[in-house]
Amino acid sequence: MRESTLWVLHIFAGAIILVLLGLHMFIMHLDEVLGVLGIGYSEPIASESVFARSEQAFFMVTYILLLGAALYHGLYGFRNMLFELTLPKAAETFINWSFTLVGLGLFAFGTYAAIFVFAAKFAKEI
Amino acid sequence: MSDAATLANEKKSEHKGLEKVTFEILRYNPETNREPVLKAYEVPLKKGLTVLDGLLWLKENVDGTLSWRSSCRMGVCGSCGMFINGKPRLACNNQVVHLESAKIQIKPLPNFSIVRDLVPDLEGFFDKHRSVKPYLIRRELEELNHPTNEYFQSQSELIDYIQFAYCIKCGLCLSACPTVATDVNYTGPQALAQAWRYLSDSRDEGAKDRENEVYASHGVFRCHFAGECSEVCPKGVDPAFAIQLLKQDTFLKKLGMRRDRPGKAVAPKVENWTPKKEIPKAPERTVK
Repeated sequence: MRESTLWVLHIFAGAIILVLLGLHMFIMHLDEVLGVLGIGYSEPIASESVFARSEQAFFMVTYILLLGAALYHGLYGFRNMLFELTLPKAAETFINWSFTLVGLGLFAFGTYAAIFVFAAKFAKEI
Repeated sequence: MSDAATLANEKKSEHKGLEKVTFEILRYNPETNREPVLKAYEVPLKKGLTVLDGLLWLKENVDGTLSWRSSCRMGVCGSCGMFINGKPRLACNNQVVHLESAKIQIKPLPNFSIVRDLVPDLEGFFDKHRSVKPYLIRRELEELNHPTNEYFQSQSELIDYIQFAYCIKCGLCLSACPTVATDVNYTGPQALAQAWRYLSDSRDEGAKDRENEVYASHGVFRCHFAGECSEVCPKGVDPAFAIQLLKQDTFLKKLGMRRDRPGKAVAPKVENWTPKKEIPKAPERTVK
């Protein structure tokens, strides 16, 4: 059943967000704690730090994962909120398609940005 | 003065000296009223007086046009569901003194349109119930059409679903559900609980037959687990729990950790059975 699959993915996306967003928040806002532990960057929101993280494969992959999970979780949840307003079937179909296209578009754009910055590291080295 | 009003005045004198309670009832006659209107009545308070008793007294002694549904008057038929003092309840199993208020406000169940006075339109409710195929589904038609024996079911298998079988289709759960209030297409806690009642019945083989309704876009996933349905259920069915079990079931099946199981086999006939000596023989049948 398609709706069951979408819902199960929603659950997994939520779990992924819990872990990766938690990691993201930790790195961005608890940098002093990380410094005490001997890891992390000074001034995590400084552009040098942002680029330094983006050039690492670990962060590129987790950024893309977090982007995908957040987009899916958020758009699926918003889609359900709209569905509960008892819309005509045509409106539901339109929402399904438009949210899918918007989600894929944003995911493609974000993934491109993440890969571009990562790949730029190799261009610099060459 | 009409005959009914004269009779009402004569009977009222029998209740002099008793304490009274105010019944504020939403009255609506689609033929004469543009809008529902709250009307107050005084009802003599007697020990053990239920809301239904009060309504019956009012109909008999004050206003014969007052309309509602009731039947068993003992909490098993589900007919007398009403919105009493801000909560969906059965009128027959709520005593006035237990409501702890001198004013009992009675309205028809919310989330349903009104037919008249306290009578809700339950057609949609029963349509949703029918949509989940609330009956045992088996594949072998020969046994269904010409049964040879009962389907075997152990006590623990019965316990798995028995609480959900206590549903009396009163509609209180749909009245209380915030999703039903906004989404008319939502299957609703009663139908979903009954879907689980049959899905978890070891004799049933109808999981695939119910999928389209239960796991549809307005099915089980529209439940936000408010829990109000379980809060108001007069029989302890706990439809919120049933819905969570439905979600768990589909989750495990999607991950391949649970499969649809075949229904239980027909119980074997016991041949050459003799009762214990101390058990007396049953009397002969009077109907051949």
